[in-house]
Amino acid sequence: MSQTITIDPVTRLEGHGKITIQLNGQGEVEDAHFHVTQVRGFERFSEGRPYYEMPSLMARICGICPVSHLIASAKACEAIMSVRIPHTAAQLRRMLNLAQMVQSHALSFFHLSSPDLLLGMESDPKARNIFGVLAARPDLGRAGIGLRRFGQHIIELLANKRIHPGWVVPGGVTEPLSAAHRDEILAMLPEAYANLGLALTAYKQIAGTFKQEIEVFANFPSNYMGLINEDESIEFTDGAARLIDPQGAIIEDGITASKYTEVIGEAVEPYSYTKFAYYKPLGYPQGSYRVGPLARLNIVKSMGTPLAEKELVEFKQLAAGPVQSSFHYHHARLIEALYGIEKIEQILADPRILDKHVRAIAGVNRLEGAGQAEAPRGTLMHHYKVDENGLITWANLVIATGQNNNAMNKGVLQSAKAYVKDGKFTEGALNRVEAVIRTFDPCLSCSSHAFGQMPLVLTLVSADGEVVDQLVR
Amino acid sequence: MTTDADVKTLVIDEQEVSARAGQTILEVARENDIDIPTLCHLEGLSDVGACRLCLVEIKGSNKLLPACVATVQEGMEVSTNTDRLRKHRHAILELLFAERNHICSVCVSNGHCELQALAQEQGLTHVRLPYRNPELTVDASHERYTVDHNRCILCTRCVRVCAEIEGAHVWDVMGRGINSIVITDLNEPWGSSSCTRCGKCVQCCPTGALFDKSKVGDDHPKYPDFLPYLNLMREAQ
Repeated sequence: MSQTITIDPVTRLEGHGKITIQLNGQGEVEDAHFHVTQVRGFERFSEGRPYYEMPSLMARICGICPVSHLIASAKACEAIMSVRIPHTAAQLRRMLNLAQMVQSHALSFFHLSSPDLLLGMESDPKARNIFGVLAARPDLGRAGIGLRRFGQHIIELLANKRIHPGWVVPGGVTEPLSAAHRDEILAMLPEAYANLGLALTAYKQIAGTFKQEIEVFANFPSNYMGLINEDESIEFTDGAARLIDPQGAIIEDGITASKYTEVIGEAVEPYSYTKFAYYKPLGYPQGSYRVGPLARLNIVKSMGTPLAEKELVEFKQLAAGPVQSSFHYHHARLIEALYGIEKIEQILADPRILDKHVRAIAGVNRLEGAGQAEAPRGTLMHHYKVDENGLITWANLVIATGQNNNAMNKGVLQSAKAYVKDGKFTEGALNRVEAVIRTFDPCLSCSSHAFGQMPLVLTLVSADGEVVDQLVR
Repeated sequence: MTTDADVKTLVIDEQEVSARAGQTILEVARENDIDIPTLCHLEGLSDVGACRLCLVEIKGSNKLLPACVATVQEGMEVSTNTDRLRKHRHAILELLFAERNHICSVCVSNGHCELQALAQEQGLTHVRLPYRNPELTVDASHERYTVDHNRCILCTRCVRVCAEIEGAHVWDVMGRGINSIVITDLNEPWGSSSCTRCGKCVQCCPTGALFDKSKVGDDHPKYPDFLPYLNLMREAQ
């Protein structure tokens, strides 16, 4: 008799999702799916709204990465306005995006994943959270909280508000940076470097003990995509996207926001509200690809900052071509956070950063525009169409989680096959299946996340719907 | 010269005050630092008593009076902040929020909105009425300004400032009751109306219903303080 195991909700994620594992008559895993169970409707209800309202409207999609939505949305609006924003505004936005990346990566690594990594996949679920980490390794717990504060405080200093700031507007930003705020950010840098160094050292020490997880955590060849500069260094805010194949060869380069819409398609599966992005010339699902920290480090040739560059060289030694196991997302995340701190320091060293000219003004000059930026968890694309008065007539967003969707589903299946044996599961085994999803740091509803407090009910259901076993966390 | 008959003595919130004949209760209260909430009232414009937030109790009368238009009387005893009034003000604010689509978090006036500030001041924590969620349009046809009817509370400040101060009378109200809506000219798009582009209506709008296209994000405070000065200068001429 075939059975279904359901993990609902998946904990320590940003948003709400569930996993179902389908067993065949022999109790072997036949199929597994990761479901995103809520519909948001932002694309639909933004219709009729003025385009210049879109950044603040779209930022409300997410409480963790509102900055990415603000930037991608503002860039789409600037395509409609046909303006090039002032240099200082571009650099301030870049810094804002990096600050968000650092805090989001800190959240993903320390708050959501480090309980599994430091305390063990099989450890007591009651203590498997950030408080458990604080009890076991107070220095690391504090470092995680400190890094989040670092990123969030920079966002607040630049944009007046930690979450959903209205500072990023079509054409630039509303206010320049003051010298006092610049100095305050500079003063925070030494502690951020120290905290990140601690995390990198700790990660490298424990990574070796997760050999089996590395082997089965979405470890398969795939395509990778991310933004990149002309000099092939990592880029989060501007640049163009590059897509590489599983061997590391470039499939397509220079994918700008306007071209993005031509080459990226979105497939729909009946079991999830999140779409499945794919590269159109290769079709679906062959054209699926991964985005985010692992993908970005796989596509770039350099980081462009000295400390992160050293780490990248070490990271690239993990595999001959692109690094394929999603377990290494954790490592890539820490390297990117280090890059973020270094890059913020570089940006602040530019005297033009205090320039007062930070906004370009224009009206509707085109009826369609698209913008892209790197969110912490991958490339984000906003695409709008407007009428001649600038009211939105159509909107589409391609989010990172949609681009990783295929890989996440394949990863869940791969790990379920490794850890669910003979139709039986242990709490630790199912935690590993969830942990695969956590490596991607997906943003499901984006606005909420849970760590530990949410009840996790694992149910084994027979083909006729009867509950044969249940595990409540 | 002031005669005895010109001076009225009354009590507002147990405080004895004196006033000139013809002054409104609101004027006298504010002169004496007694706060009465208002929304449709704006210094420098005529009063219409539309929003009813300034209702006050008068001893000896069961009828509540709008302080912005009710004039002072000798010996009047006025209460501005009773349980009954607070209940009414709450209900009025709840009705305003339920009537159209007021979504502060994504509004250009978030943090600068008189309706939002008043709701906070009055301790409004939730709306007990079902939201109507009407489908209302946004008119962005004007080169500089936008009107979002979702956020309009029909205070008619725009209508009054355009007619009384600018002298253009572009704005008016169309329809009746719940179907009322502010319009430009004879319901022409704002961009092709006879608007003089002065922007006074935008500065007087208490919410984000009228806003400047170049001021989006969280940087759209309104500055209606120019009105009394403008009136003063005109009177001096």
